[in-house]
Amino acid sequence: MDYGTLRGIFTVIIFVLFIIIVVWAFGKKRKTSFDEAANSIFDEDDNVNKEKQETNKNV
Amino acid sequence: MSQSTTTEIDYNYKVVRQFTVMTVIWGIVGTFVGVLIAAQLIWPALNFETPWLTYSRLRPLHTNAVIFAFGTSALFATSYYVVQRTCKTTLFGGALVPFTFWGWQAVIVAAAITLPLGITSSKEYAELEWPIDILIALVWVSYAICFFGTLVKRKTSHIYVANWFFGGFIITVAVLHIGNSMALPLTLTKSYSIYPGAIDAMMQWWYGHNAVGFLLTAGFLGMMYYFVPKQAERPVYSYRLSIVHFWALVSLYIWAGPHHLHYTALPDWTQSVGMVMSVVLFLPSWGGMINGIMTLSGAWDKLRSDPILRFLIVSLSFYGMSTFEGPMMAIKSVNALSHYTDWTVGHVHSGALGWVAMISIGSMYYLIPAVFNKPKMYSIKLINVHFWMHTTGIVLYIVAMWISGVMQGLMWRAVNTDGTLTYSFVESLQASYPFYTMRFIGGCFVVAGFLLMAYNMFKTIGSKEESMQRDAVTA
Repeated sequence: MDYGTLRGIFTVIIFVLFIIIVVWAFGKKRKTSFDEAANSIFDEDDNVNKEKQETNKNV
Repeated sequence: MSQSTTTEIDYNYKVVRQFTVMTVIWGIVGTFVGVLIAAQLIWPALNFETPWLTYSRLRPLHTNAVIFAFGTSALFATSYYVVQRTCKTTLFGGALVPFTFWGWQAVIVAAAITLPLGITSSKEYAELEWPIDILIALVWVSYAICFFGTLVKRKTSHIYVANWFFGGFIITVAVLHIGNSMALPLTLTKSYSIYPGAIDAMMQWWYGHNAVGFLLTAGFLGMMYYFVPKQAERPVYSYRLSIVHFWALVSLYIWAGPHHLHYTALPDWTQSVGMVMSVVLFLPSWGGMINGIMTLSGAWDKLRSDPILRFLIVSLSFYGMSTFEGPMMAIKSVNALSHYTDWTVGHVHSGALGWVAMISIGSMYYLIPAVFNKPKMYSIKLINVHFWMHTTGIVLYIVAMWISGVMQGLMWRAVNTDGTLTYSFVESLQASYPFYTMRFIGGCFVVAGFLLMAYNMFKTIGSKEESMQRDAVTA
């Protein structure tokens, strides 16, 4: 197999991998766990609400 | 996940504090050197007839200071903070952690001494000579051990997306740095690359563009995925998009390097691959930008009142601008006009001052009170003033460079009917002078903004006020 064919196959593999990642990430089954992950940064140990400085009322 | 009663976690904030303070200090130093060399382009006498202060030696000092001193310190600070917070565990690594701080500062000091002395490997963004390169490699491997060690001992089941970007950046920079710095030492201060000719050029820009892609992009996207949601107080727009964003970005960036070598001795097909990959790169870049900005969806009013959030979100707008401009400039016919002109300089600075600096500054304003145990920054008003100074500075800078760059490109390619060049090089230089002055003024705004930030930071650190939350925790 020559180098060009090999590269062609490689490109197809990468493309298929990309499709798999998209399907996996946007699969219905994983929605809740990803929502949890997105919110996990707010699940703080030391006092959630006071952690962010109050920048809104000062300007 | 269910660790809501972990108030006893003893986060290692010391190293975060050290890197945070140094980020601001190196921000001042790096941009100041930039303004000095910008001034030298207008008033050449400013090199004071000393070799150590010539443009050719200070320019690498400027780039090293802003990328490796300012930018990388910001990455150390934020990655160490985020990995601990999101993994709900203290930093792994013991003595390696302070070694990464002191080792990295030693690298910066060594750069600040050797570059003005003219000691250089002459590879752009990799100018430092081999003994310093070895120290960089040691610090970087230690950094990887501390970061990934912390991930391994995490108390949460999921690895938050910011850590993926930080992790990708740490691994890739190690590979790039070690790969590109392979050299045969001749003396303590001089070495030669082991790669010959065009291969060396390709290695250099494989390194160079991925320093942009991983250090200056992936790392700062890690920052974006933590600090934008935190400051906006809402989760990232789409966590699923962030996963696709990560894999698409890391698998595409690595191929874009050849666009730095259009119309050179590099094989034509390699140039074309670089061009195509750079154009495709537009997609994940904008996917990420949209994901960051849309996090604010439904809460746009916060932009009006919160200058920290404004820094973070405007940084994303600059990111979107420069990742549109970049692929366009990578197209060979556009590159024929833009390459070697000030347009490139303008493009880099819309990325560096707009994206990298603004996301770092925003994150630092979040981080300073958080790690120094203060309720908030000393003055929110001054943050707002800083925002407008920085923005004014960038706009002056990039507009000047755009005009100057396109003008240079057009003047250089203009030919008379008999085929001779219409303009000499000096004529194009003369035409650039007004824009160099405009750039210099813009740079002054940026430095002044950083000085304001330092004042605000030291006032915050020095204030007697303690954060309420800590008292509540320890009580």
